[in-house]
Amino acid sequence: MLANYGYQDGSGEYFITIDTEKCNGCGDCMETCSAKVFVVAQEDPDDPMREEPVAMVAPDKRKKVKYECNPCKPSINRPPLPCVQGCKTGAISHSW
Amino acid sequence: MISAGIDCGAKTTKVIVMENGTIIGRAKGITGFDQKKAILEAWDLALKGAKLSAEDVRQICGTGSGKNAVKIAFPNTQELVNDIKAMGKGANFFFPRTGTVADVGAEEGRAAKLDEKGNAVDFAVNEKCAAGAGAFIEAMARALETPLEQMGPLALESDREIPMNAQCAIFAESEVVGLIHAKTERRDISKAIHDAMAARVVSMIRRIGVKEDVVMLGGVAYNPGFVETMKRQLAVTKIFIPEGPEFGMAVGAAVVAAAKEG
Amino acid sequence: MAEEKKSEFWRWTETNWFDPRIDWKKAQYVTVGIDVGSVSTQAVIMTDGQIFAYGNMRTGSDSPNSARKGLDFALEKTDMPQSRIDYCIGTGYGRVNVPMADRTLTEIACHARGANIIYGPQIRTVLDVGGQDMKAIQCDDKGRVTNFLMNDKCAAGTGRGMEVFADLLGVPIVEVGERSYQVKQEPPAVSNTCVVYAKSEATGLLRKGWSTEEVLAAYCRAMAERMYSLVERLGVTPEFAVTGGMAKNRGVIGRLMPMIGLEPAKTKWDTQIAGGVGAALFGYALCQKGKGRQKK
Repeated sequence: MLANYGYQDGSGEYFITIDTEKCNGCGDCMETCSAKVFVVAQEDPDDPMREEPVAMVAPDKRKKVKYECNPCKPSINRPPLPCVQGCKTGAISHSW
Repeated sequence: MISAGIDCGAKTTKVIVMENGTIIGRAKGITGFDQKKAILEAWDLALKGAKLSAEDVRQICGTGSGKNAVKIAFPNTQELVNDIKAMGKGANFFFPRTGTVADVGAEEGRAAKLDEKGNAVDFAVNEKCAAGAGAFIEAMARALETPLEQMGPLALESDREIPMNAQCAIFAESEVVGLIHAKTERRDISKAIHDAMAARVVSMIRRIGVKEDVVMLGGVAYNPGFVETMKRQLAVTKIFIPEGPEFGMAVGAAVVAAAKEG
Repeated sequence: MAEEKKSEFWRWTETNWFDPRIDWKKAQYVTVGIDVGSVSTQAVIMTDGQIFAYGNMRTGSDSPNSARKGLDFALEKTDMPQSRIDYCIGTGYGRVNVPMADRTLTEIACHARGANIIYGPQIRTVLDVGGQDMKAIQCDDKGRVTNFLMNDKCAAGTGRGMEVFADLLGVPIVEVGERSYQVKQEPPAVSNTCVVYAKSEATGLLRKGWSTEEVLAAYCRAMAERMYSLVERLGVTPEFAVTGGMAKNRGVIGRLMPMIGLEPAKTKWDTQIAGGVGAALFGYALCQKGKGRQKK
């Protein structure tokens, strides 16, 4: 399942996608993100039949992903994102 | 040499008249739905105040979301500059050591990192969303049934931190109503509103990095509650605000106009 | 009172219904799904996976009571006592405030399952536009979610955004669709998707001489464009279904469908009960697996 967390508003579209087929709930994303955007849940609230833990964007961050991620996304010379690089299974991607 | 800067903004239109680096006249009016009319009215007011006639002004420069209307009102307008440039030059005029300038207008929030001449080396905007602009505090003032100019002082009376869930002015309105029903103190609600708004502006500024001295322009700079939370969230001890911060961009435009003279 | 008058425009009919052909006394499992949304609440009662009864009403400001009131309302015309219920699942924005829920699930999972039932297993893409959010969901033939997007940050395109406009223009929300088509020529969309800015833009248009209907049409088109860009980001695979309250707004959906280029699926059921249906169905599935209340 592709879980897209985030939003679109007048200024644009901002989604962080977690591919739950690739995610194994390891929790590395919780370590790499300095804004504490990610959490790992033991039960996937969107997939009642899943047995493994799964990473997701913390519920209180979903409406603010643009703002939370701004420090990692400077206007010029943007480095690779720590969360994306840090995920060994490549489950995380950003739409902006 | 007399130059003029005209900033036709979403909500208000500002005119600055400048002579040899000194502001000699200024006026502002509500933009309303007829931009050209608003520009001409503010222009007349500014000239009257400076005891000048239109012929005395050699160079005009327009800026703001309605800058095209400046060209329509004054076909001999020499230049139209974008908001970022006007903002940078304006901040630099008042504070030559400006490193970062933030201008939160009625409908848009902007920030730029400047060089020593006031040119932007990097910039960021919060646009097309009321949550990142002055419109947010205005909408919340209505929900809180408090006059806009009292919102800031009210917020300063609080020392609580209540995070706001809503990141949209429309949803925040319902959230404020909910807080009122839950008997939350109005000063705490006001502070929460300012904190939430500032968080979005600060996040935008963090894209370009905070470099002191930090200058704030725009009407929102009159709000002491907003300035206070900005200082706290940016982790700076001082934010420089010129007299008449809403004229910042018009001043910048006037500076650009003056530079055009050979 | 000014307050009362102002709030009249959002009003829509609250409904409850039950199937008199179903004998609930013969059912093995009676499960309930309660979807407490920010604007409306639905309670759906299923007997062995068949829809037996439901109720659809305004949530109001008191969430815990909304769930109770919703369930009472759904059962009102029936003779089933609440004690007969074997399992209850809460979903929706206010799901933490469903005191009688055995478990809660997100609306994403429930809407996909619910759409699979009320529209059919051929559904692959669901767009749910509720009071305060928009969800675009892709699912398989069993109603399992394969891809989803949710937006509850921005009011544009949501029921709330629509209410604000209905209020501004003084048009009852149930008339918005009809009246938005009473224009000689379809106007372009308002340029601002932000509801706050669209409001000032609309005021300007009215001053310029636009009729209420023209402004409505322009706003409905802007909202349709917002929904389209959300659905397009997800990708639309037929068959396509729209659930939630906004599905009833012809003004928006009628402008959205040509953008997508598909005919939306039809249902005889109330589009707002999709979440509750999915929740009740999950409850039934859990009971069948032996994970119901009784067996614990």
